[in-house]
Amino acid sequence: MLEGLDVSLVDWSRAQFALTAMYHWIFVPLTLGLGILVAIMETLYVKTENPEWKRITKFWMTLFGINFAIGVATGIILEFEFGTNWSNYSWFVGDIFGAPLAIEGILAFFMESTFIAIMFFGWNKVSKKFHLISTWLTAIGANISALWILVANGWMQKPTGMVFNPETARMEMTSFWEVLFSPMAVHKFLHTTSSAFVLAAIFVIGVSAWYILKGRDVVFGRKSIVVAAVFGFLASMYTVMTGDSSARDIAHYQPMKFAAFEGLYNGSEGAGLVALGLISQNSSDPNNQNLKDFTVKIEIPNILSYMAFLNWNAFVPGINDLINGNEKYGVLSATEKIARGKLAIEKLRAFKDAKKSGHTALVDSLKTEIMSPDFQENNFKYFGYGYIADKNTLVPSVAFSFYSFHIMVVLGMYFIFFFLFALYYTLKGKIHKKRKFLKIAIWTIPLAYIASQAGWVLAEVGRQPWVIQDLMPMIAAVTKISVGAVQVTFWLFAIIFTTLLIAEIKILSRQIKIGPKAEGGPNHV
Amino acid sequence: MFESLSLITLQQYWWLIVSLLGALFVFLMFVQGGETLFFTVAKNEEEKSLLVNTLGRKWEFTFTTLVTFGGAFFASFPLFYATSFGGAYWVWFAILVSFVIQAVSFEFRKKPNNFLGARTYEIFLFINGLLGPLLVGTAVGTFFNGAMFSLDDMKHVTWGTPFRGLEAVLTFHNLALGLAVVFLSRILGLLYFMNSVDNQAIFDRSKKQLLYNTIPFLVFFLYFVIALLFKDGFAYNPASGEITIESYKYLHNLLAMPINTLMLLIGVAGVLWGIGSSLLKGGTKGIWCAGGGTVLTVWALLILAAFNHTSFYPSIFEMQSSLTIENASSSRFTLVAMSYVSLFVPFVLGYIWYAWKSMNNKKISTEELEQEHHVY
Repeated sequence: MLEGLDVSLVDWSRAQFALTAMYHWIFVPLTLGLGILVAIMETLYVKTENPEWKRITKFWMTLFGINFAIGVATGIILEFEFGTNWSNYSWFVGDIFGAPLAIEGILAFFMESTFIAIMFFGWNKVSKKFHLISTWLTAIGANISALWILVANGWMQKPTGMVFNPETARMEMTSFWEVLFSPMAVHKFLHTTSSAFVLAAIFVIGVSAWYILKGRDVVFGRKSIVVAAVFGFLASMYTVMTGDSSARDIAHYQPMKFAAFEGLYNGSEGAGLVALGLISQNSSDPNNQNLKDFTVKIEIPNILSYMAFLNWNAFVPGINDLINGNEKYGVLSATEKIARGKLAIEKLRAFKDAKKSGHTALVDSLKTEIMSPDFQENNFKYFGYGYIADKNTLVPSVAFSFYSFHIMVVLGMYFIFFFLFALYYTLKGKIHKKRKFLKIAIWTIPLAYIASQAGWVLAEVGRQPWVIQDLMPMIAAVTKISVGAVQVTFWLFAIIFTTLLIAEIKILSRQIKIGPKAEGGPNHV
Repeated sequence: MFESLSLITLQQYWWLIVSLLGALFVFLMFVQGGETLFFTVAKNEEEKSLLVNTLGRKWEFTFTTLVTFGGAFFASFPLFYATSFGGAYWVWFAILVSFVIQAVSFEFRKKPNNFLGARTYEIFLFINGLLGPLLVGTAVGTFFNGAMFSLDDMKHVTWGTPFRGLEAVLTFHNLALGLAVVFLSRILGLLYFMNSVDNQAIFDRSKKQLLYNTIPFLVFFLYFVIALLFKDGFAYNPASGEITIESYKYLHNLLAMPINTLMLLIGVAGVLWGIGSSLLKGGTKGIWCAGGGTVLTVWALLILAAFNHTSFYPSIFEMQSSLTIENASSSRFTLVAMSYVSLFVPFVLGYIWYAWKSMNNKKISTEELEQEHHVY
């Protein structure tokens, strides 16, 4: 079925998806969070009738618009890439995965694109109240669109609400609500959107800090910081809570990813959490059988067990347990899972052959066997393992996963304190004197982007080699196309998106330098 | 409610929805048509600014409709999504790239320090305006003329040429549809300018251009339709699942589905009336007549391509791999679940109409742009 498939094709296809997704994710968090912040600011304007709030709203709206356009540009590629580069995946799960994408378009994108026109061009055309509602609907539409794509992504990490149909050789949905309310999907949505709010709040504080440092638009800067700091603090606390829930989901459903991002090679009861560490890996001992997994580490005992299973002494399986198996704790070995997956694939092939040859009795008996709960639980559950040739490929990049997780967490903790200080200094009226803090605020903007990207790197690299956890590895999902074609489109997008990113940064910087305009005159320069 | 419907009814219902989205998309490509006319209709920077701004307030509708069309196709006919997108790789990427460069161009064009210069973004818009309709039209042509793919037992797609879909332009019937869509989108763009811009010079030039674009549109469109009436089609036997060639298949479909035929005729008449009334009476409402006509015409053509046991995506490489609404659809469960979501569509159309009306109750003018906070 996958004979002659070039591994570099999978790698290039992955690289292209990673490139386009990471570029898209540079712009989306700011859109999600800044949309809400702008709506809050406009609400303050409508409530207080203070024209300063209108000026503030319009300025941040201008930056929102510039960022929104490039987010849209990078987003369209992702939707269609599922078909162009992952066509086998699209057919295998289109029945389930396509639905959220369609709903995203019908319910979210139209809301966003309809009301954004009023938000930008309706100041003099519609009532104040209608304009405010439009701004809120634009922000809500953007966040609802994130819901649906994250439901789809959550399903890939923990497939649920479906059954395998041997007749069509693909997954079919059995419960829409199970897909929508899967804990993995819900936590992913809440964690991702709240982290986007954090990023946007940092952006607003950082830019406002620049104005205060320059001694211009100080009132504007202070007001913006107060709104952003309160919003950012609440969002960052919520990000921590949802991150905790997400980690527990991963421990249950993606134990290999969990072990990888903690650098846990050998599982134990009462496992400790490595708060900080330097991974030690060498080619002669790739799976760290000798337990030299860290060169340096600061470990907090028992925390990992509690984080994963809410039990201080629970057993947390390590990478070696998951590969070699651990009978004592009921962990199946990779070899066993591969054998079970191969049997599932063989049965499916036999079913197809019997159907082709018109052997009705055999078709019926094989279908009954494949659909039996016993076969589904013991074999089909491991269907994707049947494609795995080398069990070591089941281990994602540990260093990548570990560092991206820890960068995200450490920066996330820093952001909480950052918001508290920003709020404290502003409310005390001292912010303009805290020049060091203002400089730190500017430099916190890139850190927010790093944390945000690190989160996605962890989510996507950590689940390798799976496109759908345990059911479909990357190699079975990719479109059979020449590597050269994918290389061409990879570089094409690399060039286009980099060019657009440069343009966006230059335009944003200039708009920030121009600053907020006096209310009443045209704002365009 | 939807649970009681048969599978084939659900499949047909979803084809109607996806086709309607496709038809709305073609109408909304007035934005693309307009993008190719900045250098022709506008004679100075002020006029160009009016044209860019009037389209800039609508481009997202077209874009969103395209994205929703893709999502709805993925959900309801995933085998088409997998086959066409995975197979006709270059065509779809060419279309997508043209939309990527469009998405930033309105916003970035006049912003200071925009890295590439206003002219580059205007050229991006021109490329999108030309390539988008041309390639979309040509790709839709393959619904009637077939594409070079085959599917194995596991529905993995193999493409018969290294050109991955670009070979479709070599079939003149496909290309004729592509060119008809290009000129139609330009016609709609001109009608939209006449409707929404408060500038006599732009109105007069748009009217003049309308005639120049109507002639080639009629030539290519009539060639496409007449050739369609006489061409062989790909018939589907629902009992055996076999695909066979049937002479005059689309003519047979027109005769077998009189309501659809009537819709096609009303649609074409609407387009012609919209153009004619604008040309002869100098009216400003032509966009609505021609736009409505476009929706009906495209909708009817897409129904013609798939109903009455017709393969909507025939394979001319391995005929039995051809796709039909029966063999390419999602499961019954998904179609039912999605059908409930489709009940939101009238509500969505309702708020779009309301918002559109609120924003377009006054024509765009230079005075308005001078007072505007956000200008493209």
